[in-house]
Amino acid sequence: MGALSCRAARLAATINLAAISSFATPAFAETSEISAADTAWMIVATALVLMMTIPGLALFYSGMVRKKNVLATMAQSLAAVTIISILWVAFGYSLAFVGDGPWLGTLDRWFLAGMTMDGVNSAAKTIPESLFMLYQMTFAIITVALVAGSVADRMRFSAYLLFSIGWFMFVYVPLAHWVWGGGFLGAVGVLDFAGGLVVHLSAGIGGLVAAKMIGRRHGYGTENLSPFDLSLAVMGTGLLWVGWFGFNGGSALGANSRAVMAIIATHLAACAGALTWGGIEWTIRRKPSVLGMISGAVAGLGTITPASGFVAPWHGIVIGVIAGLVCFWACTWLKHRFRYDDSLDVFGVHGIGGMTGILLAGVFATASIGGTSGLIEGNPQQLLIQLYGIAVTLLWSGGVTYVLLKLVSAFVPLRVSREHELEGLDISQHGEALQ
Amino acid sequence: MKLVVAIIKPFKLDEVRQALTAIGVSGMTVTEVKGYGRQKGHTEIYRGAEYVVNFLPKLRIEIAVASNLADKAVEVITSSARTGQIGDGKIFVTPIDHALRIRTGETDSDAL
Repeated sequence: MGALSCRAARLAATINLAAISSFATPAFAETSEISAADTAWMIVATALVLMMTIPGLALFYSGMVRKKNVLATMAQSLAAVTIISILWVAFGYSLAFVGDGPWLGTLDRWFLAGMTMDGVNSAAKTIPESLFMLYQMTFAIITVALVAGSVADRMRFSAYLLFSIGWFMFVYVPLAHWVWGGGFLGAVGVLDFAGGLVVHLSAGIGGLVAAKMIGRRHGYGTENLSPFDLSLAVMGTGLLWVGWFGFNGGSALGANSRAVMAIIATHLAACAGALTWGGIEWTIRRKPSVLGMISGAVAGLGTITPASGFVAPWHGIVIGVIAGLVCFWACTWLKHRFRYDDSLDVFGVHGIGGMTGILLAGVFATASIGGTSGLIEGNPQQLLIQLYGIAVTLLWSGGVTYVLLKLVSAFVPLRVSREHELEGLDISQHGEALQ
Repeated sequence: MKLVVAIIKPFKLDEVRQALTAIGVSGMTVTEVKGYGRQKGHTEIYRGAEYVVNFLPKLRIEIAVASNLADKAVEVITSSARTGQIGDGKIFVTPIDHALRIRTGETDSDAL
């Protein structure tokens, strides 16, 4: 709680400062370094990552819920895009990436105040600051949209919106600042290339806490809750997979060979993950399921994310195999052992995958690729730093999610009524139905 | 006039249709249904969640025939729809009180 009141005080001070100096000259104004090549690639990468949410994640999730909840599930992704985009521009970007205090940035860029045509953010000197802002926006969007998967089929839309806004403000923005925006985690050397902590682990643990607090779906364990149309999920996976080229490749923030190395590792991890999960099912259940293959692919993609720009491309295969094994275990044994209804396995795939990927980044980090050495190059210290990052993320995201949900539930019930859950969220929350 | 209702395995539709056409039955209504009899369902597994699906997809065919054609219709449906495996389906015959062709207003046997 000390950290929260400290931050509140800083926030108040910064708002005062921002009010006075909202038209001050920007802190970063180095125009000569902007590269057309980097800019071109990053524009594409931005579009790819936005595509991951709409329609990638929308399809991926919706295909796996029941027919009566398909539209409502898509609405959650849509809402994430529309609301988080505006909040990012309003204050999210500024607090996450402007100013380098250990806990939080400043409000210098409140509604992009002071952003010029050719200014840059010191985190990405060869592309326009506006592009860096936009690129990072797409990350915020998908992280918020991911969390919804854990509580699919039963969360009230109004509660989801309130929770998402709060989660964005108090989990995503600080965490993005701590790891990428000049905050204390980045400063101490945590390796997270494209969002193992900031995106996957935070969404995963947030989803788990939410799933536990909201409770299991009606009929869980007894009724048939099988997916409406897995072909939607397969199409969604394809869009996610291709989009990930922008998610990880774009995190190099430039059109260079590090981006390509990251993409190769990413792609190989997806392939290895899919083959592994499919292989496990073929062995244990005599048939490889399509759901298993796409789950393995996404597990591989999520797990390689933090490591992609730090490891050699072939490491992607190893990491993908590990992801397939670990996430399969998490989605089957772990979930049933602890009886939580993480409907779409956000924790099992993204949470556990992100955590695993952060650790593996500490293992496989290769200096010639990303400038840092991991365990295999004789630096076991990095693993401890990675563990530290995991611990902070788990505690912060898990804790704040809990508090937020308690707060939201004081105003509006988190869950729909039993009748509405049985009737379906499409009808009860949106007045629509698939025919 | 008789209404012949047959529940058959979906892949048998074309054979049944051809067999009925051959004996002079010129129309039918087909619905996709789910059902079970002695044939058990199957198990589906989604990421470790097992669901026993008791209902299997079937097709329901309805034809309206003159009473003297009903037995022949049942016979040809049976022979074309049978596989010998469990789950082949059933046929029910019920009487029709009244029939009418909407376009022309023809009734009873003229409507068939």
